[in-house]
Amino acid sequence: MTETGLSTLWVYLSASPLLGLIVTLLAYIVSYRLYEAANRNPLLNPVALAMLILMALLFVTDTPYSTYFEGAQFVHFLLGPATVALAVPLYQQFSKLRALWPVILASILIGVFVATLSAVGIAWLLGGTPETLLSLAPKSVTTPVAMGISETIGGLPSLTAVMVVVTGIIGAVFGTRIFDAMGIEQDDVRGIAMGVAAHGIGTARAFQVSHQMGAFSGLAMALSAMATALLLPWLLGMLGLVS
Amino acid sequence: MDFLVGITVLLCYQLIGEVLVLLSGIPVPGPVVGMALLLLTLLARGKSAESLDGASTSLLSHLSLLFVPAGVGAMLHFQRIGSEWLPISVALVVSTLLTLVITALVMRSLLRLRSKGGEAND
Repeated sequence: MTETGLSTLWVYLSASPLLGLIVTLLAYIVSYRLYEAANRNPLLNPVALAMLILMALLFVTDTPYSTYFEGAQFVHFLLGPATVALAVPLYQQFSKLRALWPVILASILIGVFVATLSAVGIAWLLGGTPETLLSLAPKSVTTPVAMGISETIGGLPSLTAVMVVVTGIIGAVFGTRIFDAMGIEQDDVRGIAMGVAAHGIGTARAFQVSHQMGAFSGLAMALSAMATALLLPWLLGMLGLVS
Repeated sequence: MDFLVGITVLLCYQLIGEVLVLLSGIPVPGPVVGMALLLLTLLARGKSAESLDGASTSLLSHLSLLFVPAGVGAMLHFQRIGSEWLPISVALVVSTLLTLVITALVMRSLLRLRSKGGEAND
């Protein structure tokens, strides 16, 4: 192939959404294989690995994020139906949930307060700018919901998305170790704490541990998303961060 | 065909959720409302469907893949993350670990309280 042929090909491919979609899938598949090869060591979190591979790739090929996202948006879009799909494991575990609902509700509400107030408080103490504080506030909520909240309260939705992903990775990497160290073995307690702190990425990790932990984590993720969406604007208003 | 039916059901509930949010102005995202409605439907029906189970299992089994495109967006914010790396990283790590620990402790003690209360009533 001639050099002009190659560059025409590159011009064509880089303008098509196909490439962004394929590299996203490939980066994730490679990361997931590595993760499995390392006996599912949480430190090799597949989301974190895939992110690093893709950022390196975009950097090397000098591709802007917006071009990449034209293809990757098809994957991003599935977050919506995936959130709806959580109703199914919730339904399957419903008898267990019903027996425990006052305990679950109280734990999730306290978790939501800790997740938002501690993030905003710590960043404020260490000199974070107001936009950063507002973008951090919904960090424990699943991406589509967090981006919506961030927009409502005056944060930067795309920065919030990054905070959410990093939060999920931290929860997925350290969650089970912390529970082991604390001597917490019940799947319901582990699942609820994971879902409140680390949303969908924590829930993905929880499903790998057991179906029951996954279902409780999914429940906590859904309820904390609702609670944060309703409470956060009011909570930040009380702190004088939003008018 | 089953997968197609399942995914269509999920998308329809998402759409209903989004429309309800738009019409009512409640500050909850559409997919969350869609999830709540689907759960209510399943409870009212008393059973799920194979097509729905299949579609949701395949979507949820690689849930973490769906977060990758948003995560790569970090490259848009390198400057801010660079100049505020300390508040951002400490807040993310400490707050996430704190949330894990406190939520788990609260739920464990509430469960213990409840089972003690149950014994006292027996």
